[in-house]
Amino acid sequence: MAIEVRVPTILRSYTGGAKVVEGSGDTLSGLIDDLDAKHNGLKGRLITPEGGLHRFVNIYLNDEDVRFLGALDAKVADGDSITILPAVAGGALGFAAAAALLGR
Amino acid sequence: MTPGVPAVGTATPGRAKSHGNVRHVLTIDSAILDAIVAHARRDHPDEACGVVAGPAGSDLPTRLIPMDNAARSMTFYEFDSIEQLRVWREMDDNDEEPVIIYHSHTATEAYPSRTDISFAGEPGAHYLLVSTREPDSTEIRSFRIVDNVVTEEEVNIVDATVDA
Repeated sequence: MAIEVRVPTILRSYTGGAKVVEGSGDTLSGLIDDLDAKHNGLKGRLITPEGGLHRFVNIYLNDEDVRFLGALDAKVADGDSITILPAVAGGALGFAAAAALLGR
Repeated sequence: MTPGVPAVGTATPGRAKSHGNVRHVLTIDSAILDAIVAHARRDHPDEACGVVAGPAGSDLPTRLIPMDNAARSMTFYEFDSIEQLRVWREMDDNDEEPVIIYHSHTATEAYPSRTDISFAGEPGAHYLLVSTREPDSTEIRSFRIVDNVVTEEEVNIVDATVDA
């Protein structure tokens, strides 16, 4: 058993084109470390240098946004399914103001 | 290769562009475009946003999915993350992909902002922008945004590419 991770098009350059990869870990943070060991560079697209979840992606644990489950501390287990999607956002507002508005 | 038959994706003048979106053209049915503009007008002065799905690999936008702007803002839009998951899964189940991601600017031109470029995460999609700043005329422009590089493309409006 493992944790299934669905990877969006924009990040498939890190997975050799694979749409679904597998990993393991007890928390989302641990899972991402495991994925990064196999797919070097993936972590940098999911986690900021400050150690928070990147605002450009949404990560879901089964049917829930991990931001509502403790973010990187969210507990994961074999049989869970993780989905990564590009966050769809934008608008006329300047980037810094948009980031502040999003609060992340 | 059959001699005399142009391969898809070549710059051969003439017939190649009539179906699908070869390189820098967005081909869109006028009824779908009208519905996008109506959505943008309805939500004005807030920004409106949505997706047009199409069969995977076809580059043809066929199914309009207006999305909620979770930010409900005049200067920012954001898909609700749970609604997005549902819609993306539905597209996956239907063997579709997001062919167009659209949103409106309500006080500025229909050109991608720095924020739009930073967030653009679907390299295969056409980013359609609609400006509703003028009450009587609507500016509509389409772009590819890949690795922070913006390329404007032609918008080819057609009638009934898809049988009713």
